[in-house]
Amino acid sequence: MSLSQKNSTTESLPDERGHFGPYGGLFIAETLMAPIEELRLAYESLRVDPQFIKDLDWDLTHFVGRPSPVYHAERWSEAVGGAQLYLKREDLNHTGAHKINNTVGQALIARHMGKKRVIAETGAGQHGVAAATVAARFGMECVVYMGAEDIERQATNVYRMRLLGAEVIPVTSGSRTLKDALNEAMRDWVTNVDNTFYIIGTVAGPHPYPQMVRDFQTIIGREARQQMLDMTGKLPDALVACVGGGSNAIGLFHPFLDDKEVAIYGVEGGGEGIASGRHAAPLCAGRPGVLHGNRTYLVEDDHGQIIETHSVSAGLDYPGVGPEHAWLKDTGRVNYVAINDDEAVAAFHTLTRKEGIMPALESSHALAHAEKLAANMNKDQVVLVNLSGRGDKDMHTVAARDGIKL
Amino acid sequence: MNRIDTCFAELKKQGRTALIPYLMAGDPVPGVTVEVMHAMVKAGADVIELGVPFSDPMADGPVIQAACERALRRKTTMQDVFMVVKNFRATNQNTPIILMGYLNPVEAMGYLQFAQAAQQAGVDGVLTVDLPPEEGSELLSAFSDVDLAPIFLIAPTTTEERMQRICKASRGFIYYVSLKGVTGASMLDVASVTKKAAHIRSFTDLPVGVGFGIKNAETAAKVANVADAVVVGSAVVKLFSDNEALPKKIAPAVATLLRSMREAMDNN
Repeated sequence: MSLSQKNSTTESLPDERGHFGPYGGLFIAETLMAPIEELRLAYESLRVDPQFIKDLDWDLTHFVGRPSPVYHAERWSEAVGGAQLYLKREDLNHTGAHKINNTVGQALIARHMGKKRVIAETGAGQHGVAAATVAARFGMECVVYMGAEDIERQATNVYRMRLLGAEVIPVTSGSRTLKDALNEAMRDWVTNVDNTFYIIGTVAGPHPYPQMVRDFQTIIGREARQQMLDMTGKLPDALVACVGGGSNAIGLFHPFLDDKEVAIYGVEGGGEGIASGRHAAPLCAGRPGVLHGNRTYLVEDDHGQIIETHSVSAGLDYPGVGPEHAWLKDTGRVNYVAINDDEAVAAFHTLTRKEGIMPALESSHALAHAEKLAANMNKDQVVLVNLSGRGDKDMHTVAARDGIKL
Repeated sequence: MNRIDTCFAELKKQGRTALIPYLMAGDPVPGVTVEVMHAMVKAGADVIELGVPFSDPMADGPVIQAACERALRRKTTMQDVFMVVKNFRATNQNTPIILMGYLNPVEAMGYLQFAQAAQQAGVDGVLTVDLPPEEGSELLSAFSDVDLAPIFLIAPTTTEERMQRICKASRGFIYYVSLKGVTGASMLDVASVTKKAAHIRSFTDLPVGVGFGIKNAETAAKVANVADAVVVGSAVVKLFSDNEALPKKIAPAVATLLRSMREAMDNN
């Protein structure tokens, strides 16, 4: 057994230096080369180590609560009036999102490598909470870097991390958001590399992170593929997931990539609309460049400077995207689209009222696109949406947009 | 012969160590940069490292990150950087200039265009911090076509195998990062630098420069004993931030610091 499903299209990717076609790779300063190499070697051996896989499975079952169910959203499907809509319920995981699938995996690697201190970057705070959670679970020191701007927007998650014993360090450089938190975490890592493990939260960064995080998140798609076969007797006609860095999306998509009859949609944060320039949609409106250790699509200006992104959902508010998504865009296997803030918030309300499930604003982007797709499909067709997280954290944002002060 | 090679050959004859200060183009306002570069040469700088601002300088500490932000606030572009070099070259044909920055602005411009424009402006070498030689073949060939020297870092954690690969890909000089961490971090350990410099020299005849953590004349002098070049970055850039409100004071402040380093290095 190994972590990633054997799969003819994707088995060979990335190559041994982390490339997905022209994307990915290892674009880091020489100072980071040794810790990255140490991690790569550790991961290469652990990903096929039966004991490691057993430990991971145990934690995923007993700590995270896997498998997460697939749910047929009948009332929502009826309201949309087309294809049947199914939800992969990653919102029901411990800590309320798919992020924990990955942090459990990386914490186990950290333990194997003898690292007693873990660091993480976070935007909305979901990955920070997931990292602080596993640090508490495994008895490790935890430091989370978070943009000063985001700390103000996400006070509850900051307090959750502190309750879990993590130190939350505000980042005041640059745009004071996720990308700057990532820069700062890298600086911490290069300075404290002897005892520190850097838990990256998405399928971006230098090799082996995009591969490693993908491998930990493909549990979503492996479960969902079997669950759909069990529930409907066939594969879904379409998959939909939101894409910020793209970890929940690649987790769902990857085990279906060879199922050519399954259409796949990745949904980026359209913000105030692509035309407004205020968005977080590098795949839809950006161009290839190099940031945070890998080559991928970026939201940048004509001079190669990274532009501040905009999205109602902090988890999508990132100027880059995982390199494997860049590759899947170019090959045409996955269709990447954007959903605006307003459309996502509307989908948030619809699902909450029709199904009694309050989705994260990130996932609401996927829901909004699924509605558009399903409306033009037949009633016997099936669309599977990754409900990557729950929406409790977003209540203040939604209330504020409705002009309500909580 | 490239200006860098000429410069180091001359210094070797004189038995002196090169002093290489760093400054960020366009920091804190355009117009200051060229003036400070001339002041640097007058104060004893042998080579100038000219920073190209980038929005996400991942390998740099807070001092240089802030310099990037100041330069970008004034919208300093790659064309502006080349203009700085051209203006400097109007009265100085000899002092080598090395651009130091990150890959993305170079990619945005295009490798061939960048290499040609840099060479025409009078640039001699380029250090692209986040481009290891393994990912660099295309850019390296663009550099070699126009005789631009690719400069690479070697870190305390670099393995012997990588050290050899980096030495092979490098021209001009090798830049040894004297401590773990980012630019501007704490003081360096001279004994370990001595050992590493010797190790690097066993793989290359190129001069070995040492940087990261050199803040004052005393450390500069100690490092000068074991290195072919002393690179001073954050300690210089800090003077730009200290005098941001009165940019006229920057050139004299930088000159004072460099003169003290130059004297200490020469009187070793």
